[in-house]
Amino acid sequence: MTEKIIKKIDVEYISKLAKLELSEEQKELFLKQLNDILSYFKKLNELDTEHVEPTSHILHFSNLLHEDTIKPSLSQETVLNLTQYKKDGYFKVPRIL
Amino acid sequence: MRLNELKVTEYLEKIKAREISVEQVIKDIFHQINRVDSKLKAFLAINRETALNEAIKMDEKIKNGYHIPSLAGLPVAVKDIICTRNIETTCGSRILKGFIPPYDATVIKRIKDAGAIIIGKTNMDEFGMGSSNENSAFQVTLNPWDTNHVPGGSSGGSAVAVAADETLVALGTDTGGSIRTPASFCGIVGMKPTYGRVSRYGLIAYASSLDQIGTLTKGVEDAAIIMNVICGHDSMDATSADIPVPNFLAACREGIQNLRFAVPQEFFKQGLNSEVKDSVMKAVKIISELGGTVDEISLPNIEYALPAYYLIAMAEASSNLAKFDGVQYGLRMNDHGDLEEMYQKTRSMGFGPEVIRRIMLGTYALSSGYYDAYYLKAQKVRTLVKKDFDQAFRKYDILLCPTSPVPAFRIGERIDNPLTMYLADVYTMPINLAGLPALSINCGYTKEYHLPIGLQMIGKPFREEDIFRVAYNYETQLGQIVSQKPTL
Repeated sequence: MTEKIIKKIDVEYISKLAKLELSEEQKELFLKQLNDILSYFKKLNELDTEHVEPTSHILHFSNLLHEDTIKPSLSQETVLNLTQYKKDGYFKVPRIL
Repeated sequence: MRLNELKVTEYLEKIKAREISVEQVIKDIFHQINRVDSKLKAFLAINRETALNEAIKMDEKIKNGYHIPSLAGLPVAVKDIICTRNIETTCGSRILKGFIPPYDATVIKRIKDAGAIIIGKTNMDEFGMGSSNENSAFQVTLNPWDTNHVPGGSSGGSAVAVAADETLVALGTDTGGSIRTPASFCGIVGMKPTYGRVSRYGLIAYASSLDQIGTLTKGVEDAAIIMNVICGHDSMDATSADIPVPNFLAACREGIQNLRFAVPQEFFKQGLNSEVKDSVMKAVKIISELGGTVDEISLPNIEYALPAYYLIAMAEASSNLAKFDGVQYGLRMNDHGDLEEMYQKTRSMGFGPEVIRRIMLGTYALSSGYYDAYYLKAQKVRTLVKKDFDQAFRKYDILLCPTSPVPAFRIGERIDNPLTMYLADVYTMPINLAGLPALSINCGYTKEYHLPIGLQMIGKPFREEDIFRVAYNYETQLGQIVSQKPTL
């Protein structure tokens, strides 16, 4: 019996954060699957990592900066051509409020 | 022999000797695709007209004595997660159906500059998320060795296209095994370079600290030839390493003297299929007879690699996939409601269940209150896993092990239980965590269905030459086994 690490309300909260809309069936299915997977992930707690540095990047290069020079880029028209939803050089979206 | 059956080495030889034309090769390739792909379903898009036109142009250039670029019209299939200008790029997802990139990824630019011809885009698990190629929104690719079995994923389409002679070579990507697993299941050579060797510019990101583009080929030298072209620093990718690229093709022909080999004992324990174990141990014996000593070592933290890998990959994926919102390209749903509804409907309808699952887990792992317990913890475990490999590589040059604990499983066998699917990556994903290079090469077949079994060779960071040396020598010894083809 997998322990319930998250509850249905957590699934609803996470889906809101991730901007996903789930049906009731999906919520039930994901609740079970997520709990199974999260239970398995708890294995990591077996390791003592108190004095271990996290690896956020596997290569050892840092501060890779370049001069802020203007180079050719994609034209506005090229990019707007990727969608039919546009007007006067802008992307058009449904009302925000 | 039809020209689609050629290896890259043979193709380049014959083209330079004017024995064959690029047009003939492209035509034979499309003939094969017409013959087998309605069943195998490796391709999502086929670039027929453009490819043929480019072939004819290349033949003209060759005939008129112009300088022939190094890949000379070589037909290449590309996994659909890599941006190809003017060719639809979907990542195997509905949310990008109809997305036609206005630019080429750096790797595409490099192979095109070298004269390669893109023949089509291959099927894949959606956004790279999967080990069987069953998570594509569009079609299931079948294993040409036995069509009731999966080809492996997520570069399954690329692997099948190569194994079934629907192309001479294919590009794939590998985040947790996605080149090596399908290479293993399809009996071909799959090469994942060191993280940072190949530019990720134009590669649609799944997990930015793990993704790498690599090759799927019929032979080791073929992989080396492509690696020579695609590797190297790119100013457009801040994670690409600014270090020189050796000649990998030349490296192949160096013997394996002075290379030290080891076998990680944890990779030979429970869960390993007995036929896989036998084939891999036979291969290890052959390599030791070729002149390398093979010791047994331990990677003590390796059993924690899988949960750490998935936490990191899912967290990074949840961030990378936040860009798909219906605003600028691809699918847009519910344009008539408000913006929030549009975001939610587009994403919920556009993403498949595995993608949604990983976004949910990743979002949870990064959310306030849980970041330390999950994501940060996984990053620390990643350090421990990397240290284990660093320790091993102080004494050894190449680690040998199975690519996958099992041969290709049946279609539908693991799809309903995500955790069993994740376990297919158990020998491949620690390599991505540590950023190491690795290659999968065939070392045998199962008795019942004659399914390929893969041997994995893992190298030190930026020491792909060592891998090529071993792989080429091993391949030469094993001629028969590695050059078998599925009957189609």
